[in-house]
Order: sequence, then C-alpha cells, then structure tokens
Amino acid sequence: MTVYNLYIFDRNGICLHYSEWNRKKQAGISKEEEFKLMYGMLFSIRSFVSKMSPLDMKDGFVSFQTSRYKLHYYETPTGIKVVMNTDLGVPNCRDVLHQIYSTVYVECIVKNPLCELGGTLQSELFSSRLDSFIRALPFFSVRAA
Amino acid sequence: MSRQSNRTTDNKKMNSELFTLTYGALVTQLCKDYENGEEVNKQLDKMGYNIGVRLIEDFLARSSVGRCHDFRETADVIAKVAFKMYLGITPSVTNWSPAGDEFSLILESNPLVDFVELPDNHNTLIYSNLLCGALRGALEMVQMAVDVRFAQDTLRGDNVTEIRMKFIKRIEENLPADFAQHIRIGS
Repeated sequence: MTVYNLYIFDRNGICLHYSEWNRKKQAGISKEEEFKLMYGMLFSIRSFVSKMSPLDMKDGFVSFQTSRYKLHYYETPTGIKVVMNTDLGVPNCRDVLHQIYSTVYVECIVKNPLCELGGTLQSELFSSRLDSFIRALPFFSVRAA
Repeated sequence: MSRQSNRTTDNKKMNSELFTLTYGALVTQLCKDYENGEEVNKQLDKMGYNIGVRLIEDFLARSSVGRCHDFRETADVIAKVAFKMYLGITPSVTNWSPAGDEFSLILESNPLVDFVELPDNHNTLIYSNLLCGALRGALEMVQMAVDVRFAQDTLRGDNVTEIRMKFIKRIEENLPADFAQHIRIGS
C-alpha cells in the first residue's frame, strides 16, 4: 500500500499545498492547470453527489476509485478540502484526513499569525510535519516496483 | 502515540485571569490611542473578527461538530460548546424572534469583565466588543453572515449582559469563472 500525493484547497479553490510521494505518472500539464482541473472536478462531484443522492447525506462525497488508485476527500465546514490519492488497498481515511487538518494545518498554519490564510502555504514547519505525518502512516510504504 | 500527547497539551486549561488582565490592558491602551469610545469599539470588533476567522478552525479541529443545518443548532453550538471551550461559561439562549433568525445570548458572568469598573468618561465604550467581532468572523467562515452586538451590558448598569445575534444571509459558494472553463477542458 502507498500514498501517491496530497492536495489541500481552500474554499475559493486556491491550492494551498501540494506534495507528492510515489507519483509515477505526471499529468503532462502545468501544476497550476492541474490544480484547477482537480478543483473543478471536486466541485462538480460535490454538487453531483448532493443532487443525485436519493437520501439526505451526512458526509457527502467521501472517495472514489478507479482500477489503479483511490481518491480520498475530506472537507471542513470552513471549506478547507484535503484530498489524498492512494492505491486501492487503503481503507476509509476520513480520520487520517481530519488529523492532517487538525494536527498539521491548524497547528502550523492557523496558529501561526505570520502565515497568511488564503494563499499558497510557505511554512517549512508545515511541509516537514506533513511529510513526517504521511510517512508515519501505517499504509505508507515506498515500494520500488 | 506522539499524536496523542499533542492532543493533551492542546487542551490544556489556562487560568482565565491572565486572559482577563491582558484583555484589560488591550482595552486601556486602545482608549489611550483613540479619543472616542466609538472608535475603540470599532477596533475591538476588527481585532475580534481577525481572531474569529482563525479561531473557527481551531474550534472545528477540536470538536467534532459538523455543519449546522439551521440557526437554532448554531445557537446551541455557540452557547454550549464554543463558549464553554474558550471562556468556560455557558450562556443561555433566549428571546428567539418568531422567524427564528434572531436570538440572544445571556451571559450570567462575563470573564472579560472580572475586575473592571468603567469610569464615567467612557459611557460609549462597549468593553467586551471583541466578542462580537470574534463571533461574526467565525460564523462568516462557515458561510453565515450574522449581525452581532451587545444589547445589554452589566458594566453599563443593565441587569444582565446580552449579546444579540441576527442572521442576515447564507454566503453562497461559487465556482470562479475560470474554473468552469477547466471543467470543460477536463471533460
């Protein structure tokens, strides 16, 4: 099992943070384009899911998977969106994504008055904490193959 | 394991006197800096707002509160969870307007005013106005535009301290125009 990459978006669709670990295939477009494409898709899925659901939903959109990867989605009531791509063996990671928000984003960004909210995050502390958090996950393992 | 220990240091309780006295020093300084009480009220509201937009993230990270579905639920969360967490008090929620878009928080005790006596020349000052800003800022981040103001204040001779909250509108989330274009490119 492994983690491919992770995006954090704010409520205006700005990509606050992107990092990748075991991504073998790049999108072939600029990162900026990729973030917009990703956010546009998430936005559409969210409205699709809420319109198509035959019942009232609690969590809304949670994840989707293809033949090769799984995309996990978590959104806070303030509109911060944490998106993580993993391989198919990884179970529901809502708790993990919430922890990234509460123990890494809130602790290192929100509680740091020098970090402006609403732009690309430049805090090194944040990046390194996030990196070690992800590497410590039970389903994170770097496999060469 | 390390995550666990983080949580406990996070939730550490602090003596509220330090907070109360720091806030008092802030208000005193603002009163020196600005001549009229109105301007001080405005500055307190602004500072509160800036605190509120960050505080909401801390609040959501610590509590497992999800999105509120109506204003009554919001009122409950503010009074029973948020005030308890940050000020150690639980205001009562009363005076609902018939439409359900307006209510009052009655504060039996306000930790901000523990050692305060207002001198006569500050009759326009709303001492705890920072709270209004914080409430407004926090709610704005969860897509609610709300008008918050002090209706009564024991410091100014009223029997109770009352914060009046009025729901104005839901802030809609819109997809910026250039994103719509990218959805088409993507499809």
